Amino acid sequence: MGMTMSQKILAAHAGLDEVKAGQLINAKLDMVLGNDVTSPVAINVFEENGATAVFDNTKIAMIMDHFTPNKDIKAATLVQQTRRFANKYDIKNFMDVGMMGIEHALLPEKGLVGPGCLCIGADSHTCTYGALGAFSTGVGSTDMAAGMISGKAWFKVPSAIRFNLVGKPAPYISGKDVILHIIGEIGVDGALYKSMEFVGEGLKYLNIDDRLCIANMAIEAGAKNGIFPVDDITREYCDGRYQGTPVEYTADEDAVYDEEYTIDLSTLRPTVSFPHLPENTRTVDEIADGEVKIDQCVIGSCTNGRISDLRAAAEIMKGRHIARGVRCIVIPGTQAIWLQAMHEGLFDIFVEAGAVVSTPTCGPCLGGHMGILAAGEKAVSTTNRNFVGRMGHVDSEVYLASPAVAAASAVKGYITDPAKV
Amino acid sequence: MNAKGRVHKFGDNVDTDVIIPARYLNTASHKELAAHCMEDIDAEFVNKVQAGDIMVAEKNFGCGSSREHAPIAIKASGISCVIASTFARIFYRNSINIGLPILECDEAAREISDGDVVSVDFNTGVITDETTGKTYQAEPFPEFIQNIIQKGGLIKSIT
Repeated sequence: MGMTMSQKILAAHAGLDEVKAGQLINAKLDMVLGNDVTSPVAINVFEENGATAVFDNTKIAMIMDHFTPNKDIKAATLVQQTRRFANKYDIKNFMDVGMMGIEHALLPEKGLVGPGCLCIGADSHTCTYGALGAFSTGVGSTDMAAGMISGKAWFKVPSAIRFNLVGKPAPYISGKDVILHIIGEIGVDGALYKSMEFVGEGLKYLNIDDRLCIANMAIEAGAKNGIFPVDDITREYCDGRYQGTPVEYTADEDAVYDEEYTIDLSTLRPTVSFPHLPENTRTVDEIADGEVKIDQCVIGSCTNGRISDLRAAAEIMKGRHIARGVRCIVIPGTQAIWLQAMHEGLFDIFVEAGAVVSTPTCGPCLGGHMGILAAGEKAVSTTNRNFVGRMGHVDSEVYLASPAVAAASAVKGYITDPAKV
Repeated sequence: MNAKGRVHKFGDNVDTDVIIPARYLNTASHKELAAHCMEDIDAEFVNKVQAGDIMVAEKNFGCGSSREHAPIAIKASGISCVIASTFARIFYRNSINIGLPILECDEAAREISDGDVVSVDFNTGVITDETTGKTYQAEPFPEFIQNIIQKGGLIKSIT
């Protein structure tokens, strides 16, 4: 029986010719990731169990991104603990303030993940790297500790859902609209335990940032991973960047899928997820002008903090001003994206429009810092979750959208279609 | 191995942000995490929960973040077992890895009510609602996972 892309990568890393959905395997890891929230828990597990060595100090990444620059003494203490561990074991990819970026923007950019690699990360959005043709999935801190010790992890081989993307998206339609539309269709557990494989001629209209955004939110449909085949767009991004040896996997023609969907990109409209689940989607056509007045706009995160995202927001904000009463916070995902945006003049546009520009951080996405909501406040945000209390007070609300929709909404003061600005 | 306790019942899609809000993730202390368990969905939970109690929820329990702080907070709050229709996959892994017993059983998850007294036999997967007298059969763990549990968690199973 044929294998899916994900199954082929798992089989290769488990030293097996073939795997089947449901099979439990042990597989070798190319990268083990943690952040400032999850690494300390993994380090405690590592040390409490008497481990004295890591499997490979070049294949572990510890990225200090959630509460950094340190938001309080407790957060500073977690980073300090991680820094000491990284120094002790000479972890090559320990990234502190000055080097760090939002982990899922940073690892692809630094070439630490690439086509055909197998990566686990103690962060649910580790599924992002599937955009590059990797098998990559989020795990917990104990899995991270076990991975750091043994270089292996156990997996239940997933079955898959195939999404055949066709057609050319209209202006203002980005990867975010594609994935919000899909989650709206299949629900927050629509791909539970499964792979989401994205294929089709429509892929040529999705740049690497769009794909990273789509794979990033596979977890919001409950998926184990999201994955794209490697094409010229992937190769152009990874050539000269990926530090490993790229291996391109394609699904067998007789691979079996649990379900198949065809998504016509040309019919998609700018899409917004209403509180308090990403599946509560509406297109901008279903939202009346002034219906959802906003107090805050966040443009950033591992979902939408890349250069294409900042360009899309700047295009809308150029020569315009943020509506009175709206706080607009722009967060470039990495130092390199920050520099690029500065050189392109995007910061002039943001600041002249009345927005602020932050250093890279996950910050407000998870209600950490740099833009917490009070009771009753509403935010439009390019982040990935709109759960109860996600960005602050339990009575605040988050509306998920693309950078173009978020920027347009910041300008108008209510959620709106970018075409109406 | 068995568990018996009073049920705290929740619905669909209980996410890790309500199990342990991110504003408390600036600590790895099990005791501190337990003090804020379920705070954003039931602020009284930490005052009501007693050692040995059982949590029952419906589909996609533990969706969202990979934070192991979520099953840690539940376990440290005194909960002896979580029964749900389905679990989000990272929460499922994390629970096995840290030794928080979890069981998937859709019928039990839908029928058991808040406040019922429930007992669980982990060897057989039989769940008994002692308040109603009804019994349910949960999906048994695959042998591979039973092995991790028997060895006392993931790390002990590999070292």
